[in-house]
Amino acid sequence: MSAVVRRNGAGAWRERSVIPGFGLSFGIIVTALSLVVLIPLAALVLKAASAGPEDIWALATSRRVLSALRVSFGVALLAAAINVVFGLIIAWVLVRYDFPGRRLVDAAVDLPFALPTAVAGIALAALYAPNGWIGAPLAQLGIKVGYTPAGILMALIFIGLPFVVRTVQPVLAEMEAELEEAAALLGASRWKTLTSVVLPPVLPAVLTGFTLAFARAVGEYGSVIFIAGNIPMVSEIAPLLIFIRLEQFDYAGAAVIGVLMLLLSFILILGLNLLQAALRRRLGHV
Amino acid sequence: MSAAQRSVPVVIEQASRQFGGFAALKGISLAIAPGELVALLGPSGSGKTTLLRLIAGLDQADQGRILFDGVDADVLSLRDRRIGMVFQSYALFRHMTVADNIAFGLRARPRRTRPPESEIRQRVGALLDLVQLPGLEARFPSQLSGGQRQRVALARALAIEPRVLLLDEPFGALDAKVRKDLRAWLRALHDQTGHTTLFVTHDQEEALELADRVAILNDGLLEQVGTPDAVYDHPATAFVCGFLGEANHIPVELKGGEALFDGSPVFHAGANTSGPGALYVRPHHFRFDIPGATALDGHVANVRRHGAIRRAEVAVRGLARKLDVDIFSAVAPAVGERVGLRVTGGHVFAGA
Amino acid sequence: MSDANLAAIEMPEARIARRDGAAARIVLVTLALGFLALFLALPLAIVFIEAFARGWQAYRNGLADPDALAAIWLTLVVAAIAVPVNVVVGIAGAWAIAKHEFRGKSLLVSLVDLPFSVSPVIAGLVFVLLFGAQGYFGPVLASYGVEIIFALPGIVLATLFVTFPFIARELIPHMQALGNAEEETALTLGASGWRTFCMVTLPNIKWSLLYGVLLCNARAMGEFGAVAVVSGKIRGLTTTMPLHVEILYNEYMSVAAFAVASLLALLALVTLAAKSFLEWRHADEIAASRRH
Repeated sequence: MSAVVRRNGAGAWRERSVIPGFGLSFGIIVTALSLVVLIPLAALVLKAASAGPEDIWALATSRRVLSALRVSFGVALLAAAINVVFGLIIAWVLVRYDFPGRRLVDAAVDLPFALPTAVAGIALAALYAPNGWIGAPLAQLGIKVGYTPAGILMALIFIGLPFVVRTVQPVLAEMEAELEEAAALLGASRWKTLTSVVLPPVLPAVLTGFTLAFARAVGEYGSVIFIAGNIPMVSEIAPLLIFIRLEQFDYAGAAVIGVLMLLLSFILILGLNLLQAALRRRLGHV
Repeated sequence: MSAAQRSVPVVIEQASRQFGGFAALKGISLAIAPGELVALLGPSGSGKTTLLRLIAGLDQADQGRILFDGVDADVLSLRDRRIGMVFQSYALFRHMTVADNIAFGLRARPRRTRPPESEIRQRVGALLDLVQLPGLEARFPSQLSGGQRQRVALARALAIEPRVLLLDEPFGALDAKVRKDLRAWLRALHDQTGHTTLFVTHDQEEALELADRVAILNDGLLEQVGTPDAVYDHPATAFVCGFLGEANHIPVELKGGEALFDGSPVFHAGANTSGPGALYVRPHHFRFDIPGATALDGHVANVRRHGAIRRAEVAVRGLARKLDVDIFSAVAPAVGERVGLRVTGGHVFAGA
Repeated sequence: MSDANLAAIEMPEARIARRDGAAARIVLVTLALGFLALFLALPLAIVFIEAFARGWQAYRNGLADPDALAAIWLTLVVAAIAVPVNVVVGIAGAWAIAKHEFRGKSLLVSLVDLPFSVSPVIAGLVFVLLFGAQGYFGPVLASYGVEIIFALPGIVLATLFVTFPFIARELIPHMQALGNAEEETALTLGASGWRTFCMVTLPNIKWSLLYGVLLCNARAMGEFGAVAVVSGKIRGLTTTMPLHVEILYNEYMSVAAFAVASLLALLALVTLAAKSFLEWRHADEIAASRRH
């Protein structure tokens, strides 16, 4: 196959290469991508557009949809922010300190990647529901977590936990020890060294972790619905609204909400990525 | 800068350091005068960087003391030691501009002793002039060449008006041409600023050319300290003799003040010791002689160009390694020719 | 510096300037471990505690239920289709992207990554829009008796969508890091393209491929949102294990729900163990990216 495909494929849009199989492999990935991802997403946009501008506007500005978007995006951002703080601490502890069970803890950080979201969802519900293991004592103190946005927050923290740790950890591990030593010899306090020498180079990775955690959390469904309570206008997330529309066979309505979610999150992710690129430039990664 | 008064003597007393089971330093004592430029020279793993890190306070000795101006350094915090250190990797803060890097130590001072921002800026400019990089304030380290980075690292270390300047393989990461230029420049800078300076190197040429005194380390021990001439001309140990410059090693028998090879005297050893010994002869301390005139008798295996002169490799009967012999006369022995070798200078050490 | 000496310098004790105060250390370790205990260990423990709340017999009954067994079977079938498809597509994608230069490459990489930032519910929704009863192709397919939504094909498609990036994502950075030199050598020695791939490329990437397969499989078996939309949740027919967990939980059959959940949790633990083993044993041979 190699010779023929190579000659055919060697248009101006690609550099000649002796490595064969470009046509075949490129064909497979583009076909699969189109069938599984791109055409279906195009159908989503098409369906949403079929709703007509007035209907779209009415739906997009309805109180229930706005409220759900606010909950989904607001709680996802908050969860990502909390994950930044604790992710940094966890990455620092894993890279810098030695303590019994460190390797086990390191491996355990990835649990949210491996544990099915529905399992996490019912486990969190069993913990934080008003009659749950933690929920019951908290209820006695007058604190409600389960079936409130706080419950959603718990689920989204769980889901996003590994992202910040795993993006920051390698950067911390590869940081030159001499940087801190130079700062100390130049008279900087430990705190000054951490804030002005150690932290700045880590910031782009932190922002990447934040973006990944947010992107994952904003569309999350499985771990949330069991603990959210799904009370309209209070603890209802946007993906659930899509579900409800579908059950009412309102395909267009579901598609409109879906497109709205995608647009909003893409704008946010794009903004975060631009910020990250700007930060990298500022930090001298030229 | 009249750094001469600010420079202090450094005294190292019996410093030892173990890492796990590995003894990196085995009791080193060394006194450095104020304003002196001393090279710590040794092969990989000899402990020279460990010693530098002990002096900097980045690591602690298991035994022994380090005194700055007579004060035990252990009581001093890293800040109070006022050490200017240039790391081998330079350790520039890559997210800061050149100016911010140099100003870092001044800005890190507690508010009471921190100079005003205008003065900091002025001092950064003066330091950049000193290291001959004027106008590069706004650059980031990634926009500099290796030699420029090294000078920025030096300016940053000088900014805190250090009492001692420490350089870890200052030219290690640079290519040969830049190394040579920077070497002369650093010597001139030292003469101008007068800091007590220690630098680590594994390059004997660098140490001999640059330093007031050279301290040669091997395997965690100090082999010899002295001026470049002293250590080169009068090596105290076989290691120093072999490490400094090129030297041919010839195993000999010592008897009655003579070094015997194959039963015949080849060199007058002086000291009246007996037993096995080692004779070290530099390539320019051989003269060709007629075959059979001396015990060092062999044939020319090879003649090659070696800078300004030519050098022969002579395979001598009874020696596993061929001897490097400089050829001074225009008439060179031909390859394969049988020759004798006379030793005109060398160093003899007792023991195998 | 000898290796021994260098290694010694790397020991934390030799880096005085890098040491944090004892108080800071204790506070940070406590914060980190406390956070992980609260968010990871506790939920995981609860799964098993609830599953065995009524003893071993009740646990076994939960799993032995025919609907549960059907859900386990369906989950295995879905993964058995989705993972191999992703392996082929992922290798093809990585080969095209890592071994060749072409215009629009970074766009292709972004598109491959796209499913990561799409809500699983939307991943299900798009297939309902295409193949549902009122979807673009639904009525036509229905007239030929082809069922996609509320049936196995829909579940597989939704699973493929959400797992699409997993394997390519592991392979691309690794294959890029390896470069083309070995393949070019094999080709100059006269090997065919296919032989070069099998004898040179595949052995080099086998561990990162396995790493990707592990993650892909965990997601394929555990996916909930996307599958929930397309499955219709017909008990014993179109419920995968996570969906079965939901049905049982909503019917207040807590022990049975957690029993099935415990199997999924075990799968997660095995995945984590295998993944850690790969990271520990073959650190150099898997992509440095531990991003997802």
